[in-house]
Amino acid sequence: MYDGGKIVAGLVVFLVLVTVPVWLNALAGGTPRAPELELPRDESRCVEPAAVMRATHMELLDTWRDSVVRSDDRFFTLEDGRRVERSLSRTCLGCHDRKDAFCDRCHDYLAVSPYCWDCHVIPEGGTALAAAGGGVR
Amino acid sequence: MRAWSALAIVVVLLGVAWVASGTGGGQAVIGTVIPYLAVALFLAGMVARVIGWARSPVPFRITTTCGQQRSLPWIPSATLDNPHTGWGAVRRMVLEVLLFRSLFRNTRSELRPTERLVYESDKVLWVAALAFHWSFLVILLRHLRFFLEPIPRLVPLLETVDGFFQLTVPTLFLTDALIVAALLYLLGRRVLNVQLRYLSLAADYFPLFVLLTIATTGILMRYVTKVDLVGAKELAMGLVTFHPVVPQGIGTLFFVHLFFVSVLFAYFPFSKLVHMGGVFLSPTRNLANNNRARRHVSPWNPEVKVHTYEQWEEEFRDKLVAAGIPLDKE
Repeated sequence: MYDGGKIVAGLVVFLVLVTVPVWLNALAGGTPRAPELELPRDESRCVEPAAVMRATHMELLDTWRDSVVRSDDRFFTLEDGRRVERSLSRTCLGCHDRKDAFCDRCHDYLAVSPYCWDCHVIPEGGTALAAAGGGVR
Repeated sequence: MRAWSALAIVVVLLGVAWVASGTGGGQAVIGTVIPYLAVALFLAGMVARVIGWARSPVPFRITTTCGQQRSLPWIPSATLDNPHTGWGAVRRMVLEVLLFRSLFRNTRSELRPTERLVYESDKVLWVAALAFHWSFLVILLRHLRFFLEPIPRLVPLLETVDGFFQLTVPTLFLTDALIVAALLYLLGRRVLNVQLRYLSLAADYFPLFVLLTIATTGILMRYVTKVDLVGAKELAMGLVTFHPVVPQGIGTLFFVHLFFVSVLFAYFPFSKLVHMGGVFLSPTRNLANNNRARRHVSPWNPEVKVHTYEQWEEEFRDKLVAAGIPLDKE
């Protein structure tokens, strides 16, 4: 075999690179579990069913932002009669009052870094904000 | 057109994947058995191919040079295009692998209406090839977010750069757009250019269709019909930690995507796609041109029994002397 040493070394590098997920996870140790979310204690109805929210919450928030910022259209009424303010801080975080125990759990698990927090302040406990006049009424 | 047979195979595979992904059993097979088989085939196949190439003797440096060979010290030599040292060859290889330097010299010939054959530089193929390969690499590295826990910092960094323009929600990754554009160009040139169409085989079209299917299903999952990403990561993590699980309700499209990725992995070592390994073993690229500086002996030269004039003279010395024939060695 001509240059056998170099070729075998190259093959070893190739195998090590391809199996990165296998040995890096083995080094990290343990089988990580899917994130568990802390759900609101005193509210069981979101503005959409859970499956829809899970899939398209980012698009919902995007349209909310556009209607608030561009058309000043801040409220809408759900089918069951609840009036909802289009507000991430007051409505969403009014119930899901701990960002780190709800939003971040999945986002960190999947390396998603939404730019919501480039502008929005992360509220400390959303209930106070909701009582101050926003949120779902 | 040979594209049709390749397309037919991809459509059949798509149908199989689609039907199977709709059933629990099918999801279990596509989510556990097939990826393992495909990756095993990929790794074993690649090693076998490379070892196979490595066993071919290369006793002589095959020099396709694009510059002045090293000769006399006062003649400048092209150290990059015609390297005479190992490091020179390494530099040539690095540029070849990362920037496809050979393809940069791509030309095309065209018969002009004036009945004149014209050769001209054609950089579009080089640009499209770069766009495709680099996009594919970035996409592959971005997918590490599904296979690693904790996720290395490289992944969010790549996502930030890739989604720099924050165009849509979810943020559009430039590589997603680039890879589809590049693949469509690579397919289009084979379909639209008459000479290339004549040369193209089903094996040229098949990988393009498979890659387009993978890219399309991936893009659909991200931007159009959503799948359960947490479930997808659970499945991927299960695969790489050898505790395979198939969570419920990930979505049909995910399994179609996974199936086609498996098809690509399994097909890889048996197709033109092995150029991934082959580029490193191209004798015209990875060998220094030192044929004149060093002696290269062919290993299959038969052993020649040599009887030099010196030995012959020694053997017949007395007879030569008796006959009065002049000798080299008195």
